This record gives sequence, structure tokens and C-alpha cells, in this order.
Amino acid sequence: MFSNPDLQKLLFGRLTLDAVPLHEPILLVTFAMVALGGLVVLGGLTYFRLWGPLWRDWFTSVDHKKIGIMYIVLALVMLLRGFADALMMRAQQAMAFGDVEGYLPPHHYDQIFTAHGVIMIFFVAMPLVTGLMNFVVPLQIGARDVAFPFLNNFSFWMTVAGAVTVMASLFVGEFARTGWLAYPPLSGPAMSPGVGVDYYIWALQIAGIGTLLSGINLIATIVKMRAPGMTMMKMPIFTWTALCTNILIVAAFPILTAVLAMLSLDRYVGTHFFSNDLGGNPMMYVNLIWIWGHPEVYILILPAFGVFSEITATFSRKRLFGYASMVYATVVITILSYLVWLHHFFTMGSGASVNSFFGITTMIISIPTGAKIFNWLFTMYKGRIDFDVPMLWTVGFMVTFTVGGMTGVLLAVPPADFVLHNSLFLIAHFHNVIIGGVLFGMLAGITYWFPKAFGYKLDPFWGKTSFWFWLVGFWVAFAPLYVLGLMGVTRRVQHFDDPSLQIWFVIAAFGAFLILLGIASFAVTLVVSFLKREQLRDVTGDPWNGRTLEWATSSPPPDYNFAFTPVVHDHDAWWDMKKRGYVRPVSGFQKIHMPRSTAAGLILGVLSIVFSFAMIWYIWWLAALSFLALTVVTIGHTFNYARDFYIPADEVVRTENARTALLAERV
Amino acid sequence: MAAHSTAALTAEDFQGPGDTPVFLDAEGQHHPENGTMLGFWLYLMSDCLIFAALFAVYAVLGRNYAAGPSPKDLFDLKLVALNTSMLLFSSITYGFAMLAMEKDDQDRMQLWLAITGLFGLCFIGLELYEFHHLIHEGATPQRSGFLSAFFTLVGTHGLHVSLGLVWLVVLMVQAHMRGLGDANKRRLLCLSMFWHFLDVVWIGVFTFVYLMGVL
Amino acid sequence: MSAATEDAHVRGSGHEVHEMPGGHGSFRGYMTGFVLSVVLTAIPFWLVMADVLGNPRLTGIIVMGFAVVQIVVHMVYFLHMNTKSEGGWTILALIFTLTLVLITLVGSVWVMYHLDTNMMPPDHGMHMPAATSEPAPASGSAAPGAAPMQHQHQH
Repeated sequence: MFSNPDLQKLLFGRLTLDAVPLHEPILLVTFAMVALGGLVVLGGLTYFRLWGPLWRDWFTSVDHKKIGIMYIVLALVMLLRGFADALMMRAQQAMAFGDVEGYLPPHHYDQIFTAHGVIMIFFVAMPLVTGLMNFVVPLQIGARDVAFPFLNNFSFWMTVAGAVTVMASLFVGEFARTGWLAYPPLSGPAMSPGVGVDYYIWALQIAGIGTLLSGINLIATIVKMRAPGMTMMKMPIFTWTALCTNILIVAAFPILTAVLAMLSLDRYVGTHFFSNDLGGNPMMYVNLIWIWGHPEVYILILPAFGVFSEITATFSRKRLFGYASMVYATVVITILSYLVWLHHFFTMGSGASVNSFFGITTMIISIPTGAKIFNWLFTMYKGRIDFDVPMLWTVGFMVTFTVGGMTGVLLAVPPADFVLHNSLFLIAHFHNVIIGGVLFGMLAGITYWFPKAFGYKLDPFWGKTSFWFWLVGFWVAFAPLYVLGLMGVTRRVQHFDDPSLQIWFVIAAFGAFLILLGIASFAVTLVVSFLKREQLRDVTGDPWNGRTLEWATSSPPPDYNFAFTPVVHDHDAWWDMKKRGYVRPVSGFQKIHMPRSTAAGLILGVLSIVFSFAMIWYIWWLAALSFLALTVVTIGHTFNYARDFYIPADEVVRTENARTALLAERV
Repeated sequence: MAAHSTAALTAEDFQGPGDTPVFLDAEGQHHPENGTMLGFWLYLMSDCLIFAALFAVYAVLGRNYAAGPSPKDLFDLKLVALNTSMLLFSSITYGFAMLAMEKDDQDRMQLWLAITGLFGLCFIGLELYEFHHLIHEGATPQRSGFLSAFFTLVGTHGLHVSLGLVWLVVLMVQAHMRGLGDANKRRLLCLSMFWHFLDVVWIGVFTFVYLMGVL
Repeated sequence: MSAATEDAHVRGSGHEVHEMPGGHGSFRGYMTGFVLSVVLTAIPFWLVMADVLGNPRLTGIIVMGFAVVQIVVHMVYFLHMNTKSEGGWTILALIFTLTLVLITLVGSVWVMYHLDTNMMPPDHGMHMPAATSEPAPASGSAAPGAAPMQHQHQH
């Protein structure tokens, strides 16, 4: 490109035209499709003149409901990418036997399993959880927004920036080939000299900032902004699990930040934290990253437990059985989750005393978890259960997750783990708990709160179709992996020699295909429900005969959530209001104090993308420039003191009168 | 965990006439408490865990000298003692600035903040001098696991102090521009917590790294 | 952080500055804290620099003890920690964090000590990694591009 290589290096670092993978047909086709899809979306936005509303009402919004929805949209988009990776792996493993090499060369296959893990955990599961908490928690505690509304918007854009960074690696350069936790020395400068691990590091660091700040934000929200009367033991269970999850986030993510920073120093500066020579110790990385990694698992699952608790109570038409025990179980899990991390590396040479300590603590965790399962079962017992779609997901979860939990206890036995470590049995186990627990929980939650967010229910037929494809598909895809794992097949293998294994992989691939149908049905659900929205309309704001405060306001809620702050007397506050003859007020509205929208979060997110890209490609001048810009914008933002405004009383009156008219029409 | 609710009002504050329960705050009496100080405290706790990870790494790698220099060869305790005193002085001067702020004495507060900033600058200067000296002697972060852990732990603390200095300047400007309103007071109190927190971390550093290193 | 800490005033009534954990200071309190921390800093430095006790292990334990006391002093007199601020949430968060710090430190050392003793070949001491047998290049090894195994694939 340039005749002077020094100049080119100065301007572009190690970025050259070769970094664009023109020689990889799979990537080229993917890029073409993404570009085409992107053009269609951009064209559509322009054609329907949606840029203005999108910018005003969504991108710069500090409304927790909007931000929650945007998180979930991000997660669903990234789910498509992560799932495409899964399909590719299943297809490769189903065909690559003996002389057949399959269609994915090893260097590509390794990137795919890494990207699959990273995307599914950080950019699907995390945004789903954060998004749902963002949307639901302030409504459930009767608040008008979160404690730090701007910070919320900023956190979201940092998460997006991380996701964009990962996606960029698909088309410029490569992604890590190290597995989703990037153990050194494989991820160190000697073994992974390319940009892959740097993409990994920067994507996680940026998204991690967002996650940490949103954790702080939601804790402060729950602690400080509950409606009057809502004592801790009157908080809805989902809010309780959200509180514990965010405590885990604030307490675990710093460790990830620190350990990734040290890995970056090894890679950029040449320090010896995790190298094999000069006094480094790669095992310290493994140790530290699991101190984060194990709590992370509970960060994902606790909100799902909360969702199931809300759904079970609502659809069984009963108070949740054992509210207090549910709270204590959640708190105990929160604390215990810090005492089990070593079970991820039993085989790495600790002695009997260390292994038995961590084995036993791991098994103890199953006690509070089991208590939760029994609480849900007792809630259902003698209830009048409606098997609506959210309840189907819940029952599917209880069956699936319990099996996953039991295989987990099995793996917690160190001698058994020595046999099964890093085998497909482990893969089957954690997909069993993450799909059967987190994903089912989030899909249940989305179905349950969708009418609250958009004002109409999701179509039950397609919802049920999606559920059954997911459930059956999950078992067909992962039961063979349990079998293969017991036979000793290890994970992350691109090609097999033993043809007798092939049939199991073919079955697993078919299962993945069924899950594809499940995802497609979910997409169809969204489209069909949108088309049938008048039929599915929820006028009351309380489509499921709910129990908690979010159902007390309209669907979708007004910007200010509640015209009057509710006063809480019981932990099923809305149920209590309905039982004791609450009448919706139709007058007396006042002006409402609200936070103002800002573009600062989005600008900081974009600058972070530029900064991380420059760091990944060693474009030092751009890194310095974008870092300076980040600093200036951050400081500049603190000079903005005009962060709030009042919604005038007549506007509140107008909004509320419209609802009064709508409710009257229905009668 | 089940601490008492911190919400200013409880359900009993909304008793209606007779036994009718009140479900709404019709008068707008309820104002959620400000969460800034709690939120910032939570941030500090998370920062504390970053340092915990770095301390843990130092504890594990701190004796891996790789045939290179050890703390006894490198550390100059007199310099560390001087450095520590800079930080201690800056703590008390920040405290005086906060006392002035509570009395709404802007000028005196600015003066104490400026003095705090000078002590902070001295701290950073001495630390840079120490680093420069070590690197000059060949004790670079790349030399051994011990030195990697040392530079990163001490350097991260120094980076925090530098960030605190930038923040200090910004707040001095803001206090000058907009006076000592609630918002600015809150910001200055946040920085106060940040500053004293770094002091606490430094106690861990000079004890665990320097003093115990030369033993 | 200052960018972020401001939003909340939007909905607060804003007149509870005195309830904050950073508030509550008095001249007397700050001076007490300062004098205590000077003393608590000076003694350990003196113990180590003058080698008063002649016993490194004992000195180490005493120095650590002083550090713990001084941290408490700073918490009380400079950070104004008490059980009441923010409804007890700050102290709760602190206790939780300190527990996790302890778990991280003690756990890591315990685990890594075990790994080292079990996994090191017998001729190496536990804190003497393989590097002792190969002296390091003086310039360090910062160049990632110079790696020998560029294309390591799993197969």
C-alpha cells in the first residue's frame, strides 16, 4: 500500500489489507450477507424516517424501560451470531471423520468455539439478564427510574461497544483460538501473537465496565428507591435475585478486569505474570479467572430463578411457597458461589485437602438450589395452574435444570471429575444448566413481561411451538454429548478418527437443527404477534392477573411509570391492592421530576470502539487520540448540570385521562 | 441482608382515615433518597477487589526472582517512608478541605485542595523517580514475575492517585464556577472517599510489599 | 467516575449531605486520625529499618498487625465508617468485600501453594520456577511477533 513500510506501520500499526479475510469463502459470504442485511435495515430506517425517533426516543434515552429493551434486542441479535457458530461446529463434528476433513480448517474451528462461548456468555446471556433486570426492577419496586439514569445508558453503550468489537474480529483480522477463557500460555504473546486474543481482551474489558457500572446502579436503585412500605422482606423475589446478582457482579467483575489487564500486560509490555519462564505462573491466571468465573454462573442463573418464582406464583394463582426460605436460599447461594471456584480445575494438581474442600462446598450449593425447586413445586401444588407459554418454559426448566444440576453434583466429586474433566460430558452439563436454566428463564421472562413492554401479548401458538422445539431440540442435541463424554471424547476437537462415534454427532447435529427451528419459531412469534397486535392487545396493564407492582401501571407504562408512587403493605403488593379494593385515581395528578436524555453515553461507546480497535492493531496515535477524546468527553459531561426536567402536570393528566378512557371503553 | 428499609417513609406514614389502607402517595411526599454516596462506595468496594487480585498475584509471584534482583537489593525504605508521609499529609489536608466545605468557606477549601494536590503530585513524582531508578538498574517489569507483580500493584495505585489528581483539578474548577451546591458537595465528598481509600490501599502496599519485602 | 456520580441528584430531595459517609468529619476527629496514623506508620518503619527485633518472622507479624490497626483507624477517622451511614449498607458492603478479599488472598495462596508443591519437579524449590536454569535476556522479551510457534492448531 505504501512504499515506506515505516510510515505504513506508523499510520496503520499491524493492520494491513491481508487482515480482511478475502481468501475465506465462508467469511466472505457471511460478510456479504451481513452487509446486505445492514443495508436493508439502514435503508428501511431512512425510508420510514425512523432515524429521528430512534435517536431521540431510544439511543439517547435514559429511560430504564427503553434501555432494558435495547439490551434484549442486542442479546437476541448476538444470539443469532452465537447460534450460527454452534450450528457450524455441530455440522463440522458430524462430518469430519476419518478421511473427511470437514469444511472448517482447525484455525477457523478454534476461533468459532471461542467466539461461541464468549458471545453466548457475555453478549447474549449477560445482556438478557441485565436487560430484564433493567426493565423490571424499577417497575417492581415502584420507582420512576434507576438511581443513575445516565450511567445506565452509558453501561448499555459500553456493552454494545464490546459486542461490536467482537463482531469486527469476524471481518478484520481474526478472533482468539484459545477457548472462551483464554488460558495462558496459549493466550500469551508467544503462542497467540495475532490480534485474536487482543480482540478478546478489549471486547471483554469494555463490556465489563458497562456490566460493573450497571451492577452498581441497580444495587443503589434497589437499596434506595423502593416504594414506601416495601421493606427488604416485602420485595418481590425477582428484585431479590436481581439484588444478589448485582452484588455478585460488583464483587466478581473487578477480578476479571484485573486478570485480563495482567494478561494484556504480558502481551503488550512483556511482563511475566502468566508466562512459563522468568517466574510467571500460568496457573495463577486459571485460579483468578475462575474466582470471577464461578460467581458469573450464578450471576446468570439467579435472575432466571427470580423469573421462575414470579411466573410460578402468577400462573398457579397462589402466593409463592416459602418466600423467606427463597430469599435465604438466594443469599446463601450468593455467598457460597465464592467458595467453589477450584472445581473448575480439580485436575490441575491441587492436593487432596484442597480438592475435597472445594468438592464439598460445591455439593453444598445444591442444597439451597434444591430448596428452590421444592418451593416452586409446592407453589404449584393444589394451585389452579394455567399452562400459558411462560409456565411451559418454567416446567421445562424444572425438568431440564434438575438433570443438569445432578450431573453438576456428579462432576463435583473430584475422582469423577478426573475422568470427565474437559470431556463432552462437561459440555453437556453446562449447556444443560445454561440453556435449561438461564435461556429458558430469559425466554420465559421475555414472554411474561412482553405485554408490559409493548402493550400486547405474544402469540401463544408460535410461543408453544418455539418451546417444544427448544425443549426437544435441547435433549436431542446434548444427550448424545453426555454419552460421548462418558466414552471419553474431549471437547474442542475438530476432527475424529473413530467412525463409531459419528452417529452420536449426527444425532447432536439434528438436535441443533431442532433448536434452530425453535429460534425461528420465536422470530415468527414476534412477527405474528406484531401483525395480530390488536387481537392480542392488553388494555388493563395486567394481562396475567399478576401479583407485583409492575402490573399496577399501564402496558406499556408511561415514561414516569407511576403517576403516584405506590404504597406497599405486602410482598405481593399489586395482589394485595386488588384484593383490598384499590381504585385507580383519575384526578389530582402533579408534575413529575424526570432525568433528561443525553448522547454522552453513545459518544463514549463509539470512542471506546475506536480506542480498542487502535489498541488491538497497535495504531498508537489513534489510541492516544481516542483516549484523549474519551477523557475530554467524560470530563465535559460532568460540566453538564442540567440533567433533569419536569413532566408538566397537564401532560400527566392527558396521559392518564387517555388511559381512563381506554379502560372505560373496555367495560 | 435483611437490613431495615432505608426508605424515608414507611407504609404507616400513609394511614388513611379509619381502617382503609392507603395504596398511593397522592400528595407526593415520597422522595427516593439520593444514591450517589452509596453507589460510589460500591464502586470503591469493587476497586478494592481489583487491588485484592493484584495483592494475590504479588503474594504468589512475589518471590519468583528468576535469578534477578530481590526486594532487598532494590527497595529504599527511606524513600518509601517519605512517599508515605506525602500521602498521609495529603489525607489530612483533604480532611481540612472538607471541614472548610462544610462551613461553606470556598476560599479556604480551595487552598486546602490545592495543598492536597501538591502533596499528591509529590507522591507521584517520588514514585516515578523510584520506578525510573529501578528500570535504570535493569530491574524492569519484564525482568521477573516478582518485578511484574511489583510494578503493576504499585503502578495501579499510582495510576489511581493520578486519576484522583485530575479529578481534583476538575472539581476545583467546578466548585469555583458553580459554588458549593449540593451537587458539588457530593462530588467533593466522593473524591474524599476515593482519596482516603487510596490511603488505605497504600497501607497495604507499604506493609506487604516494601516492609515485608526487605525482611 | 465523576461523570457518573451526578445523576442521582435528579430525583433526590438533596438535603441529606450530612447523612453521607464522607461527611461527619470534625477537626478533632481528623487530627486524632492523623496522629494515630503517623504513629502507626512510624513504628513499623522503625521496626524494619533498624531491625529492632532481629527476628524477621516476628517483625513481619507485628508489622501486619500495625497495618490492620491503621486501616481501621483510617476507616473510622478519615472515611467516617460507622454502622449507621446509608442505613448500614456501607458497613455491610465493606464486611462483604473484606470477606471476599480474604477469600481471594487466602484461597489463591492456598491453592497455588498446593499446585506448586505438587506440580514442581523435586529438584526445584517451590518458589523457584524453571527460569533459574535459563538466565533471562537483559532487554526483556516484549516482542510478540518473535514467537516460535505461530500456527499452533489443535487437531
